[in-house]
Amino acid sequence: MRAYLPKYEMVTPRNMEEALARMSAEPGIWRPFAGGTDLMVLLDAGKLAQRKFLSIWKLPELHGIAGTREHLTLGALTTYTEVQRSETLQQEFPLLCRAAAETGSVATQNRGTLGGNIANASPAADSPPALLVYDAELELVSARGARWVPYAQFHKGYKQMDLAPDELIARIRMPRARSGWKQYYRKVGTRSAQAISKVCFAGAARMENRHIADVRIALGSVAPTVVRCMKTEEFLCATGALTPAVVTRAQEILSGEIAPIDDFRSTANYRRRVAQNLLEEFLLSSG
Amino acid sequence: MSDAAKVRIAFRVNGHEVAVDAWPMARLLDVLRKELRLTGTKEGCGEGECGACAVLLDGALVNSCLVPAVHADGASVTTIEGVAQGDDLSAVQQAFLEHGGAQCGICTPGMVLAAVNLLARNPNPTEADIRAGLAGNLCRCTGYMKIFESVIAACKQKGDR
Repeated sequence: MRAYLPKYEMVTPRNMEEALARMSAEPGIWRPFAGGTDLMVLLDAGKLAQRKFLSIWKLPELHGIAGTREHLTLGALTTYTEVQRSETLQQEFPLLCRAAAETGSVATQNRGTLGGNIANASPAADSPPALLVYDAELELVSARGARWVPYAQFHKGYKQMDLAPDELIARIRMPRARSGWKQYYRKVGTRSAQAISKVCFAGAARMENRHIADVRIALGSVAPTVVRCMKTEEFLCATGALTPAVVTRAQEILSGEIAPIDDFRSTANYRRRVAQNLLEEFLLSSG
Repeated sequence: MSDAAKVRIAFRVNGHEVAVDAWPMARLLDVLRKELRLTGTKEGCGEGECGACAVLLDGALVNSCLVPAVHADGASVTTIEGVAQGDDLSAVQQAFLEHGGAQCGICTPGMVLAAVNLLARNPNPTEADIRAGLAGNLCRCTGYMKIFESVIAACKQKGDR
């Protein structure tokens, strides 16, 4: 059943202070509303429980891409289109650009934002695995102040986040530390556009003499949250050459770090097998 | 909770200034169709999957079923009604007509706007570019090939001018 529109309120704050003040005065009551590509779907389906929204779409503080020598920092409302158009991101963070290009269609990419994707907290989101591979950090702001948290520690469980009711995701920052790493991203879905992923894999490896010196592996759609597979990473860093036996052992360890389920998009068995196959493809393409 | 109040939203549609009073979370799609009677924009899925409701919002392709009308306040919107100049069809529309790019017509306004949006940014797209640019627009009749051929023909026609 469709939503009864008169029950929904949307306020457009003039600036960040006003937005944070509202969220602080009534924590949990005002929900930030960015591009709307997730919330409007729920609204039309009559499943939008929240009633009061803060339109943060046009707040300039939440937009823009800026770099220092150490980091590249993205406003939380950077759209998927803006991600793909950034030359710096294309050069230094190609997996994020690949993820952006594979998220929805052009129309969705024009409205969908990285911060919205993170706050929606879908385990099947496409950009979070790339953000995990890049050791991203999130800046969370509230009327109380600001704090940076490692993105790898942000998702606590299905739709559970380290985000207080009065806090807003303001910026995403990534260390400029992946130059020279082999990078890999692959989304497996029913079709290449629009489909929500069955499995999404992002990986990056720093190779030395055909051995893995450092590695990041992250997956979507195989657990209650997007997951970084640190045990698999540790095993691969501690091992020597990428022999078939090493790849098989890494696949076994990976299997223990994910918890895929059967749902209407795919089955647990398929997801587990594909996750392992993607790990193999990543390792063979890196070695 | 008491009801929200309607808000005044003023924007440009196809070059004309308009102002409507709408519920804060009203969809741009409904404001266009019901308040402004611009029924060329179609509703397909209502959840951003099919592209039938695509319009240009400040020059960017969006699905109007996922845009709250308040986000159009102060913006410029182009719907399918604004693509032709009077009786002069755009190159994309003419090509759809000549190459069988339209059949039942429900997806056509969104297809045309997606194609217009693509060609505005990329006047010489590859077939892969066309497929990516139109990937968010679903057609249940033509099977896409005639639509892709229409877009290719529109590029050629533009190039000839």
